[in-house]
Amino acid sequence: MERVEDAALLTGRGRYIDDLGVKPGTLHAAILRSPHAHARIVRIDKDAASQAEGVVAILTAEDVIAHSASLVVGVKAPIECWPIAADRVRYVGEPVVIAIAQSRYLAEDALDLVEVEYETLPVVVDPVAALDTTDAILHERLGTNLVSERSFRYGEPEQAFAQAQQKVSVTVRYPRNSCTPIETYGVVAEYDPGEDSYDVLSNFMGPFSLQGVMARALKVPSNRLRLRNAPDSGGSFGVKQGVFPYIVLMGVASRITGRPVKWIEDRLEHLSASVSATNRVTTLEAAVDADGRIQALAYDQLEDVGAHIRAPEPATLYRMHGNLTGAYAIRNVSVRNRVVVTNKTPTGLNRGFGGPQVYYALERLMQRIAIELGLDPLDVIRRNLVPSGAFPYRTATGALLDSGDYVKAFEIALADGGYDELRQRQVEARAQGRIYGIGVTAAVEPSVSNMGYITTVLTPEERRKAGPKNGAQATATISLDPLGSVSVHVASAPAGQGHRTVLAQIVADAFGLKPSDIRVVADLDTARDAWSIASGNYSSRFAAAVGGAAHLAAQRIKDKLARSAAAQLNIAAADVEFAQGRVRARGNPDNSIPFARLAAASHWSPGLVPEEDQALRETVFWTPPELTPPSEDDEINSSLCHGFIFDFCGVEIDPVTGAVRIDKYVTMHDCGRILHPGMVAGQVTGGFAHAVGAALYEEFSYAPDGAFLTGTFADYLVPTATEVPSPVILHFETPSPFTPLGTKGVGEGNCMSTPVCLANAVADALNIAAIDLPLTPTKIAGFLHGEEKPRPGGKPASATLPKGNGRALHGSGEALVTASPQAIWDMLLDADTLASIIPGSHGVEKISDTHFRAEVTLGVGPVTGRYKANIELSDLVPPQSVTLTGIVTGALGDGRGAGHIRLTPNADGTTTLSYNYDAEIGGKVASIGGRLLDGAAKMVIRQFFAALARRTGTAPKRGWFARWFGGGA
Amino acid sequence: MPRLEGHARHRVRFTVNGHMAEAHVEPRALLSDVLRQQLALTGTHVGCEHGVCGACTIQIDGVPARSCLTLAVQADGADIRTVEGLAPQSGQLSVLQDAFRRHHALQCGFCTAGILMSLDRFLKDNADPSEEELRDYLGGHLCRCTGYVPIVAAALDAAKRLREGATHA
Amino acid sequence: MKPARFDYLRAGSLAEAHEVLAAEGNDARIVAGGQTLMPMLSMRLARPKVLVDIMHLPELRKITDDAQAIRVGAAVRQAELLASPQLAETQPLLAAALPWVGHAQTRSRGTVCGSAAHADPSAEIPLSLIALGGTIELASRRKKRSIKAEDFFTGMMSTARAPEELIEAVIFPKAQRGYGYAFKEFGRRHGDFAIVACAAIASDTGTRLAIGGVADRPMARDFGPLDGSALDDALDEFAFDLDARDDLHATARYRRELVRRLGRATMEEARRCRV
Repeated sequence: MERVEDAALLTGRGRYIDDLGVKPGTLHAAILRSPHAHARIVRIDKDAASQAEGVVAILTAEDVIAHSASLVVGVKAPIECWPIAADRVRYVGEPVVIAIAQSRYLAEDALDLVEVEYETLPVVVDPVAALDTTDAILHERLGTNLVSERSFRYGEPEQAFAQAQQKVSVTVRYPRNSCTPIETYGVVAEYDPGEDSYDVLSNFMGPFSLQGVMARALKVPSNRLRLRNAPDSGGSFGVKQGVFPYIVLMGVASRITGRPVKWIEDRLEHLSASVSATNRVTTLEAAVDADGRIQALAYDQLEDVGAHIRAPEPATLYRMHGNLTGAYAIRNVSVRNRVVVTNKTPTGLNRGFGGPQVYYALERLMQRIAIELGLDPLDVIRRNLVPSGAFPYRTATGALLDSGDYVKAFEIALADGGYDELRQRQVEARAQGRIYGIGVTAAVEPSVSNMGYITTVLTPEERRKAGPKNGAQATATISLDPLGSVSVHVASAPAGQGHRTVLAQIVADAFGLKPSDIRVVADLDTARDAWSIASGNYSSRFAAAVGGAAHLAAQRIKDKLARSAAAQLNIAAADVEFAQGRVRARGNPDNSIPFARLAAASHWSPGLVPEEDQALRETVFWTPPELTPPSEDDEINSSLCHGFIFDFCGVEIDPVTGAVRIDKYVTMHDCGRILHPGMVAGQVTGGFAHAVGAALYEEFSYAPDGAFLTGTFADYLVPTATEVPSPVILHFETPSPFTPLGTKGVGEGNCMSTPVCLANAVADALNIAAIDLPLTPTKIAGFLHGEEKPRPGGKPASATLPKGNGRALHGSGEALVTASPQAIWDMLLDADTLASIIPGSHGVEKISDTHFRAEVTLGVGPVTGRYKANIELSDLVPPQSVTLTGIVTGALGDGRGAGHIRLTPNADGTTTLSYNYDAEIGGKVASIGGRLLDGAAKMVIRQFFAALARRTGTAPKRGWFARWFGGGA
Repeated sequence: MPRLEGHARHRVRFTVNGHMAEAHVEPRALLSDVLRQQLALTGTHVGCEHGVCGACTIQIDGVPARSCLTLAVQADGADIRTVEGLAPQSGQLSVLQDAFRRHHALQCGFCTAGILMSLDRFLKDNADPSEEELRDYLGGHLCRCTGYVPIVAAALDAAKRLREGATHA
Repeated sequence: MKPARFDYLRAGSLAEAHEVLAAEGNDARIVAGGQTLMPMLSMRLARPKVLVDIMHLPELRKITDDAQAIRVGAAVRQAELLASPQLAETQPLLAAALPWVGHAQTRSRGTVCGSAAHADPSAEIPLSLIALGGTIELASRRKKRSIKAEDFFTGMMSTARAPEELIEAVIFPKAQRGYGYAFKEFGRRHGDFAIVACAAIASDTGTRLAIGGVADRPMARDFGPLDGSALDDALDEFAFDLDARDDLHATARYRRELVRRLGRATMEEARRCRV
């Protein structure tokens, strides 16, 4: 069935937030963001910006704090979370200043004039280091970067480990990524001073539990924060949960300026400061029998939520708590969960939400068990799967797996997907010397979150004090208008999943109408529509929960209409049937009335319809009883429905480049009853593409100093049609007994299964025990290329950087200068000479004999900017050597470096000047042009020494320059 | 030609989807912003403003162009086509648009206009593309919803129908 | 990401363009296709006072050729060169390299000379000029000059173009009888910046290999008739001489290995292609 949404979207008639008109007088916001990962804000000078053309206000934390409160935090800890940096910045991209002006162009012009002085602080980006550090503590009041620690045990894990025949473990580090929808965040906020209320239009996608967080932050009761969604959204995948702090910011901006304020996020902002999925270090150990049966699992999860523990975190960690045993029947589980903050983007919802991190550990472990025990990986999976007939099955940690036949689906996938043939393909490839691997993965995909799961992070006593939390209200309203037409309203906030089409189909089926007869309104308005904390578009809740609620609402109306019809048709209500736009007697179709007339009756002749059968509008709030709060033993049914996924794939690795080619990918899905095959296929292929990105291409990279390196789509690599193959999709249906339509969610599964399936295949291809994502060519080539022979002749290769994304740039060089060491020395310490030597300097100010400040214009090619340079000399051994330490700051970025200069006199009166330097560059240029920074730094430093040489009075000969440039710098 | 002063607005004119259009713009105004905000053609979307995602792709003088990488002043005098001009008439869809609908080649729709304008040109120049050629060409566009499978299917289907002489849905 | 303000001049004549460049120097930027300049303007990494649009100068829009070379004017789009008739015969290296330049949707607007002016270290067009020994024609109000590619590309995003000069054309030598041409590139995704790009030209006296994406500009070396382990050793030395650096997408070690292996494969293919 074709989608009702498509005609408009195909012809350019979509109504995304930036397409909608705004009230005259609406102002536009631009945000100045921190270039540093961790720094104290010393001073903000906004005077010049305030006077700039078209500017109405320049806001800082002072203004925001005056009109709002901290965002509520999900753990009991003395820690706050503000949407703007107050006394310090804690991640690159954190908002610092907001300019409000007549246009976005003018607002950005104003920001150019803002000066912010920072004092950098020690940085920590690695979660393990965050636990150990004593000087890079992000939240002083907390005094530690560990914001939460909880341990759990289920069954008898200690005993199981003590008696284990074998123990196998893995340690994995899951990287950061995001589903980066093509449409970024958008907010139009308006404050009404007369009613002290806020009206906000945005593409916030929920969960609407955050409405309360926003209302409290804006210091209004929640019925004075009206949230409306744009009718169309350009994708969310959970990411548009992170709009909410910006709603608070723009709300305050509107309040202060007295005008509506609009903000459309740009891509650079989105990549550094919207949300990210969490990165996690997991050690997972299994107690295993010799035949591969797992007796117990021990999880140690170290979750990194970024610079703030921003609501709803640590939800990513606890969303999967009921599903830590995946598709397997394992009764003994111990869990240690720790949550740390680091100087990176605060995390939030992302497609898969906690699943990728858990399954990466669990399914890598399954492969290791097979290898270490000498078993077929399929046998290990099969032996441990929850057995057929065991459903509904309660996992050790509390999830109730609603339905499934994992073993059967698994066997069908192997047969129909051609597993044996793939193994044969591998045999043949290997015989030809090709590098070919096969991976397998089983996963349980939860959907329809239990809103109480986040309270698993609290202890039972804390939960008792706070009051139980559970359930997931889904809402749908169906109304019949005076002409008998049917409308459906839901709080589902779709972003392309075809909710309006599917709902039209569900309701049409109930009433015997055509889908085109049903009008569905999915744009949410909290002032008008039925909604609850679970409302929104996330955790794949639509088909099961919202679709189900709509179905129930339709049934209720149908029952009322049936009773009315029975009276009019003179039959029993049970004999009324709805078909082809009419309501008729079963067995006697001529005895009928048009649906529209029957439906309109309550409007036109309510007196003739019994009161209890008035069918005008029916709102259903549906919450499944299975979603109970966490038990006293910390068991939690974290989700209502559980789909089953079994994947296997074959990959080939290029021996020269290490590139991974996906040769074949088979994915078997049991997502319960399928309502719309085309849409299910779309969710699977879409999730698969996200997963291929996470597995092979995407990573939010940070330098050790916290510089954000993947600031554009040129460096954050989203896969295209040439990178994503077509998966073979197989289906198996075990309807859910817990949802009105038997449906389950399907949108997140491949994000959970595919990355680890590909990793298992690569590990198989390379015959290695450990590998982390993303599976980049360089990483894989490390296993293929072997040790590099050192350069013959002894000249050292350029120093390689430390592992990871070290931004340290270094180099060295030397030159012959026709002057004595003393003459050169005197020049280095003379402010005027330095002024003529420092590239692009506009004047050097001598603070002391060893301390200079300068304004410089530095540039490479067309990229130039003005910077303030602060240079200090130390380790002076006149006239032999000196260390120069410099800090350079400007709008485009900042640099820190140290260089050691040695002057060695030669017999002929010349001096050999040799230098080496170490530098780090951060800020905008690092985010955007990381690839080119090395060369840029090299050039600028070279310019300095070339100018020094020129200043000694000798015109350098061409040969001299050539030797200079070849100096290894 | 006169030097257009940066602080002032200047008139630019071009044809858009066959009609004359006019706007008053500063030299720095991006064509994407001018089309959307001054000419109310919001069908073209902005996804990255650095030319990578392709959502803003339109046709300028018959060839695909990233409107976010074009200044309105550069386009003065040009012939511009946007997604609003693809359909043969109101209420009808072009062969390509129809193929997209039948194959579910869009979900959120945000990247769709750019892909349609790109493919529209491609299919005019390549009547019988292979899947590999199509995927190669589509490499200039990012989609986060569909995984590209149905887009490729729709494009192949549209190519076939165009070869058979179809002119609209 | 909106640009800062600048003036705009659509040059009606080359003289007009030269006037502005002479007057403004580095505060003026030529805008041709805009595919590389525009993102820098939108991100406010570049803030020229005036943009000079040269796309409407008919004398710059031509591709001409003679027996020796193909001359590509400054306003010729990459797609136009790629589509020029018989390019696969007249210069197979260009026919092989141009499809790697960005995407079809950027080649339709980006210019050949613009890529040369931008001098990105991993760009295919500068690499082709270096490999083939092409030349760049520069002109200012005062004079015209022709400069060899190896002298034109001076470093990362740096060229020998003086602030008052503009590139009028680039010249690619045509394929010669008895020569073979090959091109290979490896990037993370199709259309991405090259991690390593290789252009090889084989003749009866030997093979020349040019590498992009490793040093701060494309670098070429002539290997003579070397083969076997002697060639491996020479390639090894070349790989080290290029002074590869680690970056976000690849390590220096990885780049060196690709120079060795991909470079060698490109040279071998060029040799096989000799006609």
